[in-house]
Amino acid sequence: MNYYNEHIETASADKMRALQSERLKTAVGRCYNNVPLYKKKLDEAGVKPADIKTIDDIIKLPFTTKQDLRDSYPFDMFAVPMGDIVRIHASSGTTGKQTVVGYTKNDIDVWSEGAARSLIAYGAAKTDVFHVSYGYGLFTGGLGLHYGSETIGAATVPVSAGNTERQVEIMRDFGSDVLCCTPSYAMFIGETLKKMNIDPKSLKLRIGIFGAEPWTENMRLEIEKALAIDAYDIYGLSEVAGPGVSFECKEKNGLHVNEDFFYPEIVDKDTLEPVPDGEYGELVFTCIGKEAMPLLRYRTRDVSALTREKCPCGRTLVKMLRPKGRTDDMLIIRGVNVFPSQIEHVILSFGMEPNYQIVVDRENNLDTMTVKIEMSEKFFSDEIKQLEAAQKKISEGLMSALSVSAKVRLVEPDSIPRSMGKAVRVVDSRRI
Amino acid sequence: MSIKQISVFVENRPGRLAEITGVLADNGIDIRALSVADTAEYGILRLIVDKPEKTLDIFKQSNITANVKDVLAAAVPDTPGSFAKAVRILTDSGISIEYAYAFITPKKDQAYVIFRVADNDKAGAVLSRAGFSLIEQDDIF
Repeated sequence: MNYYNEHIETASADKMRALQSERLKTAVGRCYNNVPLYKKKLDEAGVKPADIKTIDDIIKLPFTTKQDLRDSYPFDMFAVPMGDIVRIHASSGTTGKQTVVGYTKNDIDVWSEGAARSLIAYGAAKTDVFHVSYGYGLFTGGLGLHYGSETIGAATVPVSAGNTERQVEIMRDFGSDVLCCTPSYAMFIGETLKKMNIDPKSLKLRIGIFGAEPWTENMRLEIEKALAIDAYDIYGLSEVAGPGVSFECKEKNGLHVNEDFFYPEIVDKDTLEPVPDGEYGELVFTCIGKEAMPLLRYRTRDVSALTREKCPCGRTLVKMLRPKGRTDDMLIIRGVNVFPSQIEHVILSFGMEPNYQIVVDRENNLDTMTVKIEMSEKFFSDEIKQLEAAQKKISEGLMSALSVSAKVRLVEPDSIPRSMGKAVRVVDSRRI
Repeated sequence: MSIKQISVFVENRPGRLAEITGVLADNGIDIRALSVADTAEYGILRLIVDKPEKTLDIFKQSNITANVKDVLAAAVPDTPGSFAKAVRILTDSGISIEYAYAFITPKKDQAYVIFRVADNDKAGAVLSRAGFSLIEQDDIF
């Protein structure tokens, strides 16, 4: 089987546009009539649902930002009553408030199909055993791949994260064919194999599905070698659905967007005007296939480009190029979204001055984060054990706020370089 | 019954200790004793100097993190077993020593030992009772 839904994945441009136009009209009407924020935004923009006739009219619509979602915490963005909601996910927020996303039964089906199309494109089949090492929980990674895998009828093993040696044993004993996790965890599994003296070729593993954090072509080659597999990228974000918004095919040169569900645009990050195909800009999605939260022109802050060149795989779905950065200061550390403001919040809560610097690096293919904090007289003690206890407390505070570990390093006052009077907040030394 | 110790936060990087002590030299501060406690990333330089308040001001002006603490100083006879005896007496009295360091004095027959303890008065009383003489700021310069 080459496609999960051939009819859609190879649809002609005209047919796709007709479908998108129809769905956009429905989504706009649903937003305008059920979400007060959207009624206000459309009224302010002077746009009525009746003004939206084709997908081209999408440029008349106002944008949605992550701040809109935060301001709507927890459920104000929902366009359906709670009775129709069957699932709620959430992702990290900047100062404690999470971004909440609701799904109807149909939304789960849409998301599952998006993931299922991806898995088939990678060459997976219903006879495969899927080893899902993404975290399960509020994070969409685990359940997204889980539903995708079940949708194609594969045997799904919800291993979740942690205890790598046990994971390797399960993979070996269950004869897993497909591994789903973050690319950095895949590298770590590769190292664990080496440590356990297991030849990757002795495993049945054939395909790796990696996402939730940025990775490079070099990493792909390393992972493919370390695990003796084909490694594929999967893209998604919880605000839009989760993994399966877009996916690579065997060509491994761009991700086909499930554009009948999630309509992509690229806009200039400053003017917010659409840019031509092939040009980089901010990636924007409109959830035309969703009911509970059909976001209009959601600004992902990811920098990408679209290409409609004919793909040898036969899919006509538009391709987005692998995101090459962000238009905001969000960092992705081991698959977890981290905003510098969250870290500042923790530092201030310990009564320290907000003179800090976040240093991100990659050691043995795992992201590391060190937070340098300038020592102040108030905080200083002549006893090392006091300073170490304080470091530990801040480190624990960061862990609980970010859900990812950070090393705390105390440095001398004024030792963090200032640029135009402001401390340089983030140093990302990962070459990605 | 105690003397003033200056503690300084020093990041572990080449030349840093030279810079910090250079600041003292430029200002004519006399160092009588010092000890360095270190971790992988930073150290704490502890100093006994002739002008503690001035030293603190100088550090403040140079944006070097420092503070001043009263620590206990005792004269210990320069004979084998004397220091062990002082430590034993403190331990037996339930006093724990956070850290200690010693320095030689112009008087040949004794050394001065700095003890960092939670309660200077209590530790001082214990040592006095055992026959150790306590040192004041004026005794060391």
